[in-house]
Amino acid sequence: MQPEARNENLNPTGIKVVSLISIGQHPQSGRARRAEQDARAVELGLNLVGTGLELLHAGEGDETVMRSYLGMGLPKMTLLKQRDHCDALPVLAEYLARKVPDLVLTGVRAESGEASGMLPFLLGEKLGWPVINRIAAIGEVVDGEVEVLQALPRGQRRAIKVRLPFIASVDMAAEAPRQSAYGPGRRAAIDANATDGVVDAVRTGWQESPARKKPKRLKVVKAKTAADRFKAATAKPQGGGGKVMKNESATEQAQAVLDMLVEEGVIR
Amino acid sequence: MILDGLLPVLISVALALLVIGAVRRVSLWRAGQPESVNIVAGLLAMPRRYLVDLHHVVERDKYMSNTHVATGGGFVLSMALIVLVHLFGVDSQWLAWALLAATALMFVGAVFVYKRRQSPPSRLSKGPWMRLPKSLLVFAATFFVVTLPAAGVIPAEAGGWLLAVILLAGIVYGLGEMLFGMGWGGPMKHAFAGALHLAFHRRAERFGGGRSTGLKPVDLGADILGVDKPRGFKWNQLLGFDACVQCGRCEAVCPAFAAGQPLNPKKLIQDMVVGLAGGTDSRYAGSPYPGKDVGNARGGPDQVITEGLVNPETLWSCTTCRACVEECPMMIEHVDAIVDMRRFLTLEKGNTPNKGAETLDNLIATDNPNGFAPGSRMNWAADQNLRLMSDVKEADVLFWVSDGAFDMRSQRILRAFVKLLKTANVDFAVLGDEERDSGDVARRLGDDATFQSLAKRNIETLRKYKFNRIVTTDPHAFHVLKNEYKDFYPQGEGNYEVYHHTTFINELVKASALRLDLYKGGAVTYHDPCYLGRYNGEYDSPRELLAELGIELAEMERSGFRSRCCGGGGGAPITDIPGERRIADMRMEDVKATGAELVAVGCQQCTAMLEGVVEPRPEVKDIAEIVVECLVEEVH
Repeated sequence: MQPEARNENLNPTGIKVVSLISIGQHPQSGRARRAEQDARAVELGLNLVGTGLELLHAGEGDETVMRSYLGMGLPKMTLLKQRDHCDALPVLAEYLARKVPDLVLTGVRAESGEASGMLPFLLGEKLGWPVINRIAAIGEVVDGEVEVLQALPRGQRRAIKVRLPFIASVDMAAEAPRQSAYGPGRRAAIDANATDGVVDAVRTGWQESPARKKPKRLKVVKAKTAADRFKAATAKPQGGGGKVMKNESATEQAQAVLDMLVEEGVIR
Repeated sequence: MILDGLLPVLISVALALLVIGAVRRVSLWRAGQPESVNIVAGLLAMPRRYLVDLHHVVERDKYMSNTHVATGGGFVLSMALIVLVHLFGVDSQWLAWALLAATALMFVGAVFVYKRRQSPPSRLSKGPWMRLPKSLLVFAATFFVVTLPAAGVIPAEAGGWLLAVILLAGIVYGLGEMLFGMGWGGPMKHAFAGALHLAFHRRAERFGGGRSTGLKPVDLGADILGVDKPRGFKWNQLLGFDACVQCGRCEAVCPAFAAGQPLNPKKLIQDMVVGLAGGTDSRYAGSPYPGKDVGNARGGPDQVITEGLVNPETLWSCTTCRACVEECPMMIEHVDAIVDMRRFLTLEKGNTPNKGAETLDNLIATDNPNGFAPGSRMNWAADQNLRLMSDVKEADVLFWVSDGAFDMRSQRILRAFVKLLKTANVDFAVLGDEERDSGDVARRLGDDATFQSLAKRNIETLRKYKFNRIVTTDPHAFHVLKNEYKDFYPQGEGNYEVYHHTTFINELVKASALRLDLYKGGAVTYHDPCYLGRYNGEYDSPRELLAELGIELAEMERSGFRSRCCGGGGGAPITDIPGERRIADMRMEDVKATGAELVAVGCQQCTAMLEGVVEPRPEVKDIAEIVVECLVEEVH
């Protein structure tokens, strides 16, 4: 659905939001498409700042895919043009450091390419901004602070207050993206900026092959009633050994975390 | 008589007002988009189109056709003679007597119009239309009396002041309705707009027994895709809307209207008239869109239609079954208009309701509406040992499998048909995974971009291979391949024949390529798929084939060109606009009314819709399945 005319360029919060968009891949056909999580990030951005939202992509920028994002109702986008085997991180970081937006939205993980899910974190590290992962919704901005709703497993949500600027990756639990309209998408402008891309040396050495399905352990549900089955499907796994520390002092809590990391061999 | 001096003046004034009104009306139509029409040829063809083609439709209602011939013919004749006798004062008793006869004829016709309006069926609009028979009577009677002296029946001085005043009132009222009203939007507008609509019809192929049902392509490079405002229609589409006589035959046959969904084709056309002229629908005096009050719609030539004039739900209720177009005595193209407006909603607004967006995304990403892996298209035929076009390159018959390949119920139809093809030793092959959705659903949902993309890629595939004809079990693919792909073929190409499987099996049976036993079972009825019947005129082959099996069809009241839609066309199951009833349930009631135990169909969508009706109900089978049951297989 296109943003209504009256919302155009209207930015009630006055903040600058950038949504990073990537080339998605349809799981059945393998065809390039609007990535599901990135489209949700765009939807969130549109609801937050309307057409003031900036779309940003680093790569060759498959035109059909770019236009399918633009068809959500944006008049233009920024393309940092570089070959597909170049690393997206340096150009994005450089661009964002220069533009200084208040909020950067991304998907949790790309559907094609490396798809490591590391981009938001690496960007955060480079820019020195906090990263909130897997958000489902964003509330109002009040005095440079915003309440975001983080999606946790099994439909749980956690409300977090964050100070701008920050980076948020958008979970599938966020509002489904609006339909992309062909006409506006076709007419929108793609501002292509040539960049001197840094070739991702590690990635060029890789070989891509279709993923194999991991064998799954059969889960025998012994539940007799529908209520039991429901519980089995929704209850938290009863992992042993967990500990909830609420009343202890910060030092004790930190010590417990450190002990656990040493125990698990994360820190030696 | 006293009127002698006044009459020519009155006639001249009325004619002048008519001309001014007509020019104004023409300028309203010309606000539409340009469309090239052969003006001279159109005007020359108009009388024949009126007398033959239009009358052919009107004649389905004998009462009304006779009435209209008398009234309309009488009026046209009267008017011509009135100009001669009373305006130019041609002094001829012959002409006067002819005028008397013409007005008498018109009067008789008008009496029948009047009788019809005593208790009008609900489909007819009331309001000014209730006034019309009286106006006709007054006009005919007045000019009859006024002409009497000229014919020498009564002396010129006959009658006193009283009669003169009454006649004067009659003349003013009669001329006002018939001439002034014609130019200024009264009920008589239909005569003027209708005649021009016939002359400049956008689908001239429909006249002279032809057929033109394929949708027109969208220019994807245009500034606005689809129709946003009344001005976005082609000028002759606007003219077509103005030709509406509000007879409501469309309303009477519309499945969505009957189901209580918010669509009434007549009201839609009237809303378009409101849009092209500007104003509100408060003067509309017919049935409303079910569940919506009249009087709230407001529009103008430059106002977006779906913002105040027509609710998008109305547009999405249509199943594109074409029953309204088939019934319309004015040959108005409702479906074209609806799809034009849907195109705007989908291509410009990105606002296709319910599962629409998902379906379109799937079509774009996987070439089938449900998002199945394109590589699994041939899974249904794993045990069928079908020849692939990519292997054989050439075959007599190309079997277009359609998306039924992904649906387990439709696969039974496909298997049955393949068995018949094999038994008859037909040289056929399939495209396999190279086939894509035909684009039918995308196009009816208004996404002409996706339709064109699918069509072009399918055409590219088809052009690689040699075949004499295409056969398909899906009437929607049949229609698209036959009528809508031509626009995208390079000039001079794409001259293949397309067969629906019922036609093809019928040919095989006639050529004795299949040995069939008689059908053993109860009463059978046949449901005509819209896209086979009304869209492509194939009513006979399925019936002949069933007759070949010894089946005497128990025909439904609404069959053949009047067949009622199953509710599955035009993407209606995808957009799923709520109503009070389901169209498929109503169709099954039609089936039950015949006492049939089995309803034969020739379309997988119809099968799905009708089988979706809760049991107990008659069985639903595709004709291919019925034929296979009766097949006598030779044992070697």
